[in-house]
Amino acid sequence: MNNIDAIGHVTGQSVYLDDIPLQEGTLHALAFGSDIANGKIISLDVQTAENFSGVIKIFTAKDIPGENRIGGIIDDEVLFARDEVLYIGQPIALIVAKDDYSARKARKLIKVTYEEREAITDPREAKEKGLLLFPPRTFESGNIEDAWSKCDHVFEGRADTGGQEHLYIETQGAYVYPLENENLKVHSSTQGPTVVQKTIARVLGLPMHRIEVSVTRLGGAFGGKEDQATAWACMAALASRKLHKPVKISLSRPDDMVMTGKRHPYSSDFRIGLTKDLKILAFETTLFQNGGAATDLSPAIIGRSLFHITNSYHIPNVRATAYSCKTNLPPFTAFRGFGGPQAMFVIEAAIAKAAELLNIPARIIQEKNLIKENDVFHYGQTAKNVHAAKSWREVLNQFQVENNTKEIEDFNAQNPTVKKGLAMMPVCFGISFTKIPMNQARALIHIYQDGSVGVSTGAVEMGQGVNTKLLQIASQFFSISPAKVKIETTNTTRVANTSPTAASSGADLNGNALLDACDKLLLRLKKTASKTLKTDIGSIEIIDEIVFVSGKATSLKWKKLIETAFLDRVSLSAVGHYATPVIYFDKTVEKGRPFAYHVYGTAAITAKLDCLRGIYSIEKVQIVHDFGNSLNLMIDLGQVEGAVVQGIGWMTMEELRFSKKGELLSNSLSTYKVPDIYAAPETIECKALETEGPELAVLRSKAVGEPPLMYGIGAYFALRNAIRAFNPEAHIGFDAPLTPEKVLLSLYSVTKVAGTM
Amino acid sequence: MISFILNDKLIHTDKPAGMALLDFIRNEANLKGTKSGCREGDCGACTVIEGQLKNGKLIYGIIVSCLTPLGNIHGKHIVTIEGINMETPSPVQTALVEHNGTQCGFCTPGFVMSLTAFLLSDEHGFEKAREAIDGNICRCTGYKSIERAALEISEMKSGLQAGDKLNRLEQNGFIPVYFLSIPDRLKKIQSNREESHEGKLIIGGGTDLLVQQPDEVFEGKAKFLRRNRTNNGITFRSDFCSIGGEATVADIMQSEVLQQYFPKLPYYFKLISSTPVRNMATLAGNLVNASPIADLSIFFLALNADVHLTGENHNKRTVPLRKFFIGYKKLNKTDNEIVEKIFFQLPDENTYFNFEKVSKRQYLDIASVNSAISLKIKNNVIVDAHVSAGGVSPIPLYLKTASAFLINKEINVENIIKANTIAQKEISPISDIRGSADYKRLLLRQLTFTHFIEFIPDKISITKLLQTIKI
Repeated sequence: MNNIDAIGHVTGQSVYLDDIPLQEGTLHALAFGSDIANGKIISLDVQTAENFSGVIKIFTAKDIPGENRIGGIIDDEVLFARDEVLYIGQPIALIVAKDDYSARKARKLIKVTYEEREAITDPREAKEKGLLLFPPRTFESGNIEDAWSKCDHVFEGRADTGGQEHLYIETQGAYVYPLENENLKVHSSTQGPTVVQKTIARVLGLPMHRIEVSVTRLGGAFGGKEDQATAWACMAALASRKLHKPVKISLSRPDDMVMTGKRHPYSSDFRIGLTKDLKILAFETTLFQNGGAATDLSPAIIGRSLFHITNSYHIPNVRATAYSCKTNLPPFTAFRGFGGPQAMFVIEAAIAKAAELLNIPARIIQEKNLIKENDVFHYGQTAKNVHAAKSWREVLNQFQVENNTKEIEDFNAQNPTVKKGLAMMPVCFGISFTKIPMNQARALIHIYQDGSVGVSTGAVEMGQGVNTKLLQIASQFFSISPAKVKIETTNTTRVANTSPTAASSGADLNGNALLDACDKLLLRLKKTASKTLKTDIGSIEIIDEIVFVSGKATSLKWKKLIETAFLDRVSLSAVGHYATPVIYFDKTVEKGRPFAYHVYGTAAITAKLDCLRGIYSIEKVQIVHDFGNSLNLMIDLGQVEGAVVQGIGWMTMEELRFSKKGELLSNSLSTYKVPDIYAAPETIECKALETEGPELAVLRSKAVGEPPLMYGIGAYFALRNAIRAFNPEAHIGFDAPLTPEKVLLSLYSVTKVAGTM
Repeated sequence: MISFILNDKLIHTDKPAGMALLDFIRNEANLKGTKSGCREGDCGACTVIEGQLKNGKLIYGIIVSCLTPLGNIHGKHIVTIEGINMETPSPVQTALVEHNGTQCGFCTPGFVMSLTAFLLSDEHGFEKAREAIDGNICRCTGYKSIERAALEISEMKSGLQAGDKLNRLEQNGFIPVYFLSIPDRLKKIQSNREESHEGKLIIGGGTDLLVQQPDEVFEGKAKFLRRNRTNNGITFRSDFCSIGGEATVADIMQSEVLQQYFPKLPYYFKLISSTPVRNMATLAGNLVNASPIADLSIFFLALNADVHLTGENHNKRTVPLRKFFIGYKKLNKTDNEIVEKIFFQLPDENTYFNFEKVSKRQYLDIASVNSAISLKIKNNVIVDAHVSAGGVSPIPLYLKTASAFLINKEINVENIIKANTIAQKEISPISDIRGSADYKRLLLRQLTFTHFIEFIPDKISITKLLQTIKI
């Protein structure tokens, strides 16, 4: 089934936040942010700006009726800076004007004086100075101290990964207008309508029920609108509430890039120990997460880093410690993979380092250490339905990796200036929010008198196709035409207390809640049918909108059945609820069963490098992925391809750069490069592993949003292998992204150029 | 008053000539299908089709509406996504749906417009269909599904019977019927709009000014140069070529005569921005922008071109391009002078020319370093040489000493290495977002080497060059 939104998209009729028809008198809001990364605000003068033609009012921290606090996990973030600023772009004031142009002009007239303090942008430096957002966490298994002496080889190193802009093409925004009785209606481009609702209530000092948050769809999010859509909605709500006017805020691209958080940069130290037959016996690592100026979702993200620090491998002795370091950069936030990619890069770097020093291909070590059924992860969960080795073998077989490797060797021998490299990248990713209470969802179904069905859940559509999957679930469960089902907007008045659509869990949680609601309704309908047809309920089935009794079609059709039920005063509405069973985690010992299941897969990635110019392309990405029993393979394959390219972008060209003073240098699309059509791999082949799928995945169709992003990590190592084919002595730090600059400098082993030319 | 046809509707508007077309489309015409993504021409979400009469023929191409001032669309046909919607989806729209080429959908209208413009163009084949979407960024799909749709669309196009293009496309449901009336309707629009703006900013294509100073342009501080051009401004006389300042990058790239002299021209120019921006950006704009990495400046420096300037009272003056740039963003040009044209000698059969550009992303990016070379060879000896390099100095740099060194030299490994050593002394790269100074030095060396390796690969190789350096 095609994505149900596709026709709207290709005709330009799909409605995004910026397209919502504006009410008369709508005002436009623009945030004013700090020019410095660290300091005290000495004075703030908004008077001249407020007097500028077209400006209605300028709001600052003192105008907030409730709490000037928007932090979710830890209460350390303000809506507007009042006494001190902690990063460049941190909102200090909100200009509300009759149009964007006036607001933009007025913004230049706001005057702030600061007492500037030294900015800290490096996580290791922050850690040295004791600047942590929250206490460190350590995951430990086996006995790491004893293990080192049993290792035949021990290698140490450092691995760094840069941040990543979400670069959703639709920037952040919100549109808020007053309803009667002092209620507010909020349209927000958010993955988390409840977070927005709760935080607005807090900022305005109102109960949650006065705030209605509605989301139709997002123009991309990738985690960037999980927590960081909230501030903009709060600002628009504050202005709307105070002025009794509709207020819209829609960030310009530069504002969005400067003011919002991104994927966390990490810097890590590692130590890996192997036996002589290449079993990884011990792995120790310290992660320094660059958290930015406030906590945001960093504790959960660092948690997932610790969970995924061994990727697809079973390592009996592990110690991983993670520090979330407070720096003067925008609070870093959720981004597809949520700390997993950064951790997996560390273990892959450790394996690559070991392989290079042992002079063997990394894939020999990788393959030897893949996790097996009933192995225990370092956090205590027993691995079940493991497909690490299976997907690995399938990649080798289906894509003739051995042959490809030989072809690459021949190619490299024949071509002095073009080199190829291949790397394998296995992925094992846990599914569930690691914060257990978040693993719940609800769904509301109305069956209307004519037999058509409206479905509301807490899931937010952002391109991942969750609405299509939900529609399929309802239509399949009732066995009615997809045309009879409509997926409603996500609205806090219909489905309350929702978890954000995140952690790849949107379809699992909301789909299971929907199934629960469907189940309740179907039972009622079967009762009606059995009453009407005077037969026992157990013999009733509905197939293709026809009621069957003991396998025989009757004349009772869906539409008539609904009509009958309604006349019989049966409730045609139901709420479904789902809470993922069996998962638990004890943080005091950092052990438990945090994940409902794991997603497995393996990719082989081939890179092609022009050694004259230091530019490269990713030639092939060949994947075997475990979808379980996919609900919609077309949508799932789309998720794989998109995630892979996003992962490759993060590893190769997307270079987030800040100056030492904390200023974002890569602050536009001309300085921050995401893959374009030519940068995408020449081919991406993805084959589905034939598996049954776990019970805890909705209809055994596994979550798919995040795991494939990590295949992109293979591009880094493929490219690295290509560099080494040209220059075996190349010193290439494990420092992603591997940009054309780093590539060229390593190809020619240049550390200092002047004088050697 | 600016008049143009927006989809099927004739528009007369007195909105400021400096208003971005995107704002007109979304806020004045209330057509919300065209999206705002970056407002710097780098994402393509706001792509629309522009149709204009050239020598009586209606030519369609894509532009980014965020960087197009209304003043530049007088007398043209602008097509947004709403303007190609019909009762049933067009084959372009269907192909994107069937191949799952849309996820969040925000970039999708831009892709639909680019692919529809491909149908309206004279181009054929998958590579050209892919090139049509080289200015569209999608963050969700990873492009492969869109490529599959583009392949199908290119095959459909090749399957169309010969004949009048618009008629054929209309009959096969690719475009709405009103397109057929556009040529006649455009002819009725007064071709020369009264120009009342005498601002200080001179606008060509708008692709830089609307990024850097959109509010100033909106406020009427701009003077519009672009009139309805009837030809591409490229003329040839004996061995010389003259290119008008208003010629777009696309005009130069697509010139069949220039392609005969520079067979790799399409390849070189594909490295410059994207299809829609190439359709808008002008030669003069690229030169007077004075950016140290301006691709056209580097290209024409190696051709030792002359710049013809026209000032007040039609005073004319000629400056060699290599003396046109006098400091960072400083030109040998008064505020009143405009670049009328450039003039250069065409390469003959003894001339070797090459252009190289390396950026973080190979396409649709700004160079870290770019370089061009033109060598005239007689009896294995270089008799004339011009080498240029961008990104290594405050100005687009003509490598004077290195060029002079190469004259009367044989092409061999030693001389190439010496030329590079000399070039390294001429440059003064700085570390910035495009790369560290060390990288830029190394990159210039590599591009210098590459010029020669590309020229005579059997004689010059990187291995030989590196060995000789080590000795």
